[in-house]
Amino acid sequence: MNRFALAFRLPIIVWQGLFFLGPLFFMIAMSFFLVKNYRMEEAFELKNWARMLTRGYVWDSYWYTLGMASLTTAAAAMLAFPAAWVLAFRVSEGVRRWAIFLLIIPFFTSYLVRTFSWYVILAESGVINAGLGAAALGPYTMLNTPFGTVVGYLTLTLPLVVILQTVSLANIDQNLVQAARNLGCPPARALFAVTLPLAKTGLIVAALFCFILSFGDFVAPYYLGGSKPPTLPILIVDTTKSGQQWPRAAVVAVMMMTTLFAIAATAIWLAYRKRVSA
Amino acid sequence: MSARITTALLLSWLLAVFIFIFAPIVASVVFSFNSDRFPTIPLGSFTTRWYDMIFADVEIGEAARNSILVSLSTSVIATMLGFATAYTDYRYRFPLKGPYLALILLPPTIPLIIMALAMLAWLSWIGASGQLWSIIVAHSVLTAPFAMAIIRLRLNQIDPNLEAAAWNLGSTEWKALRSVIMPFCRPAIVSAACLTAAISFDEFAVAWFVSGLNKTVPVIILEIVQGNIDPQVNAIGSLVFLTSISLVVIAQVFFISRVGRA
Repeated sequence: MNRFALAFRLPIIVWQGLFFLGPLFFMIAMSFFLVKNYRMEEAFELKNWARMLTRGYVWDSYWYTLGMASLTTAAAAMLAFPAAWVLAFRVSEGVRRWAIFLLIIPFFTSYLVRTFSWYVILAESGVINAGLGAAALGPYTMLNTPFGTVVGYLTLTLPLVVILQTVSLANIDQNLVQAARNLGCPPARALFAVTLPLAKTGLIVAALFCFILSFGDFVAPYYLGGSKPPTLPILIVDTTKSGQQWPRAAVVAVMMMTTLFAIAATAIWLAYRKRVSA
Repeated sequence: MSARITTALLLSWLLAVFIFIFAPIVASVVFSFNSDRFPTIPLGSFTTRWYDMIFADVEIGEAARNSILVSLSTSVIATMLGFATAYTDYRYRFPLKGPYLALILLPPTIPLIIMALAMLAWLSWIGASGQLWSIIVAHSVLTAPFAMAIIRLRLNQIDPNLEAAAWNLGSTEWKALRSVIMPFCRPAIVSAACLTAAISFDEFAVAWFVSGLNKTVPVIILEIVQGNIDPQVNAIGSLVFLTSISLVVIAQVFFISRVGRA
């Protein structure tokens, strides 16, 4: 291999080796380190693991985080689908391109500021309750509830889910759907028997991204959900920021990565599995 | 007739989804000009007080300088890494190419909070945390895949014979790269630079963990939000939004207009 080829191939290997793989493997190793007198020492002990895995609050957080992320994924998929369907099949190409451009905008607004906006909108004396009050309703408590957390998660994930669903639906060969309809298939059945299976891969990838983003977010469950109970990302923040217990935070992080890896592998297997003919 | 009603229902659903997505963005811009400390309906009077406050704030000014420095450096490093990898993927076949590409493409699939902890632990272990360039290093890992994807898409459209023709006419590989590949990729390179800068400009989790005392704007926002209700956040947010969206529009203009046509 000549010098030219190496000059283009090597940089990313060195850079990601040092600053991507390095940190990840170090974090896994760190989960076995010990903390003595507020200093971290290299070791290979299972103490952090034993401590974290036997604490009830860790498992409470674990199942709560898993449940909320799954709930959000289901909600986002169902909320986004009708919107994506319209964008894919009922509007012109120009409108679709504009809609996708608009949906990209939220990624470049501060997620923190959007969360703060929701905080003010959802508060006891906030915009929604003031509006409902005018209609002699409420006030409803929406902050510091699981509802608040889901609103925050959806703020983060819904634009992406709509984009991915729209793109995967728009790529379907419409002739296949039309053929089913011409052969007398009712619209609902055509949706479930033709459209959904054809768009399957994209829809699952959209759901997977939604799950990863919600599962790893500490902002929504903290500011809108009131950290009751804390999610795993909040545990990482608290454990890292308040003291030197980085190894325990690393245990939580490795638990999260293992879970995500299992879920991603399952999702990808489902997404690319060939359909067994009925 | 019923098909038309269904379509109307679905269009209103689409509208509702857009309202949900844009409500917090519009609200923060509106609140940033609203005199009430805790905005509700009816709105208070128009004011630019929150903007005056942030422009007078020394700490925020410092953070803005840090943010600009970080996002510019990040975009240069990430775009160079992205270009090198995209070109390698376009031109060469070699064993282990799958893992090689995974190396650059995987970071966005790992939750930022995990990257934040891992970066903090690793960088402080090798004695490199708490500096501005710690954030730059971390951000270029996170943004390089986006640069790579954009430039790779552009390279899909080039005629491979062009570069080969340059070699046949006696040009060196470096010269062919500079006078054939680079000009062709320029719009994608500009897009990639803008996009990576915009992502870095907004990123708060990793920046918060590794920055130490060198805060960037999103880190300041995080700290203000932790305190209490402060409409300055809306004013900062609106300015950040203006900056990022200008970068994105520039990126789109370059990318869609040129790449779309080619």
